[in-house]
Amino acid sequence: MSMLEIKNLHAKINNHFILKGVDLVVNAGEVHSIMGPNGSGKSTLAQVLARRETYEITAGEVLFGGKDLLSMKPEEVACEGLFMAFQYPIEIPGISNAYFLRAALNAIRKFRGEEELDAMDFLPLLKDKMRLLDMDERFLNRAVNEGFSGGEKKRNEIVQMAVLEPRLAILDETDSGLDIDALRIVAKGVNLMRRPDRGILLVTHYQRLLNYIVPDFVHVLVDGKIVKSGGPELALELEEKGYGWAEPEAATAIR
Amino acid sequence: MAIATTEPLRGYPEAFFELDSRALRQPAWLRELRERGFARFRDVGFPTTRNEDWRFTNVNAIAQTAFQPAPAQSVTFAALEPFLIPGAACHLVFVNGQYAARLSRIAGLPAGVEAGSLGEAIQNNRKPAESHLGRYLNVERDAFCALNTALLEDGGYVYLPRRADVEAPICLLFVSLPGTIPSMAHPRTLIVAEDEAQASIVEQYISLGAGEVFFSNSATELVAGEGAVVSHYLVERQDRNAFKISTLRSEQARSANVTSHSILLGGALVRNNVHPVLAGEGSECLINGLFIAAGKQHIDNYMLVEHARPHSSSRQFYNGILDGHSRGVFHGRIIVHKDAQKTDAKQTNRNLLLSDDAQIDTKPQLEIYADDVKCTHGATIGQVEENALFYLRSRGISEGAARRLLLLAFANECLERMKCPVMRAYLEGVIQAWLPATSTGAPPEAGEIERRWEEAG
Ligand SMILES: Nc1ncnc2c1ncn2[C@@H]1O[C@H](COP(=O)(O)OP(=O)(O)OP(=O)(O)O)[C@@H](O)[C@H]1O
Ligand SMILES: [Mg+2]
Repeated sequence: MSMLEIKNLHAKINNHFILKGVDLVVNAGEVHSIMGPNGSGKSTLAQVLARRETYEITAGEVLFGGKDLLSMKPEEVACEGLFMAFQYPIEIPGISNAYFLRAALNAIRKFRGEEELDAMDFLPLLKDKMRLLDMDERFLNRAVNEGFSGGEKKRNEIVQMAVLEPRLAILDETDSGLDIDALRIVAKGVNLMRRPDRGILLVTHYQRLLNYIVPDFVHVLVDGKIVKSGGPELALELEEKGYGWAEPEAATAIR
Repeated sequence: MAIATTEPLRGYPEAFFELDSRALRQPAWLRELRERGFARFRDVGFPTTRNEDWRFTNVNAIAQTAFQPAPAQSVTFAALEPFLIPGAACHLVFVNGQYAARLSRIAGLPAGVEAGSLGEAIQNNRKPAESHLGRYLNVERDAFCALNTALLEDGGYVYLPRRADVEAPICLLFVSLPGTIPSMAHPRTLIVAEDEAQASIVEQYISLGAGEVFFSNSATELVAGEGAVVSHYLVERQDRNAFKISTLRSEQARSANVTSHSILLGGALVRNNVHPVLAGEGSECLINGLFIAAGKQHIDNYMLVEHARPHSSSRQFYNGILDGHSRGVFHGRIIVHKDAQKTDAKQTNRNLLLSDDAQIDTKPQLEIYADDVKCTHGATIGQVEENALFYLRSRGISEGAARRLLLLAFANECLERMKCPVMRAYLEGVIQAWLPATSTGAPPEAGEIERRWEEAG
């Protein structure tokens, strides 16, 4: 059974049809990259998978671990092991990073029938992951993303992913806005997460990230559809020739 | 329509004269002060909504109820325990407005610091009481202050000598015992901080037991000498029947720094007046408030910041959370007097409406008579943000818990402005317990029978 199966997914928002029949299969242990021009629907796909309710599903089906993902609430997919790193992480003044992440981890642990962690057990774990992402400990007590630089926000997303240990991680343009050092750090964090029982979906605009995280498969999303799929070499080809090159070919995208 | 002034002032003259016969030794200055208050109250009566200061709050329910002075009574110490603040320097307990020595714990204050009953301080001819009491509170402007002064008998008395430094908070606990008939208390508190003294003083109002409506009309005068640093906390936790008017009037000398924190949770009809006068050069004040209303609660916050001398600064941050059919008011008035050049005044009021039936009126009012000043104000009214809610839920936190977390975060903005760790910890616990375990938009203590106080008027 595949970890994630997307079949003929159509979604719209405010009467704008954005996803127009997406098909994609991700198996455990695989890293997939979705590339595509601005506005092609990459974030929409990521948000739909994380179950943002502002998008309306007009057709299609998504199975996550064999379960009907589209009938789940955001917190339910999260507890089932899906994590989406936001392209634009939200600032939440008044809640500390540490408090927020412990609440999240405990919600997920509770769902799995595991014991909740108290602050004493949780803090060392969090500090560990923060060190991995080269984040200063002062971020522990700062309000979630409040006043963080673009790069700090992105790293904070990866810290969250590392703490929550999802089965499927979707990273929405986690690379954009990062300087080369931050990019290396984030890539290291993601590579450490690669495991035979975990799937990763990298949404990116640029080939740059894929020098550090080499995907197993690359898909090109144009105007709400996957128009081309291939191996890592496809990313290089895109970089060279631009998205226009991929567009005319209406490829069937299922591997 | 509010035409309270034509109502007979039920019971108040009797209360005034009865106090005369009861007060053991009432010094002439006090009798004079009370008389002035009573005369003023008799002349103007309760305010109506035609009075601009009372536009959003109808006090007819108070004006039309015959209240009797709440009798002296006792409670067990055990009943107070949930309201004691761990880490406090001392606890002064007042039951129905009267000091209860037996229930109070005042050991351990630094030498020279006095904390106790105002009634006793007057009896004992304490000099600060005579020289400060009634000098600042404006009985002409405010009928409730006039009434409080007319019926002045007891309340808190805190005296901090020069350079006194009390780190832990001095806690005053005012207990209302609703009786078989509507009853009232008018606690009066005087806080005098001499030059360079530092302390935190807490006034907490609670109800014990059930009964008829209780009307608590408290007034506090806070005098901060040169360079004094004083934090005042008002914690309103009375039951959902209570009528509560509270006034804090602070007078700040040169470079004095006064902070007023208000946490308003309980009460049916609540009006909180905060009135600092920055009377000395370079003085600073911070007004920090949080009110959480549900059901049919009405919470009115009236701020009046007066800048009288140059280089003074004031900051107001007030957050409101309104659910059910509740109504909130934020009236932020700033007066910059002619001499108060280089005033720096800022006001921010943020409100979250959790239900379609909740309502907030927010009104800034700037009166500037100096020409070189910086005054800004802003108010927002919004709902819990969908973006933030989705972010939390996408990490596995349930919708109810996420909503609650966002409310706590909103409340935390106020807690973070409190410098006293003891109070921050205590109030965090109080607010956590106050917000429902998972917020679905249902009011706290749903199912509780609430008095439809607005129908009484
Ligand atoms: N709330 C909305 N109302 C109307 N249109 C929307 C809304 N949200 C997104 N869209 C549109 O949907 C399309 C897809 O947006 P999406 O964010 O998924 O693109 P993207 O591929 O992630 O782009 P980028 O590379 O810029 O991040 C865009 O044309 C966008 O303008
Ligand atoms: Mg995007």
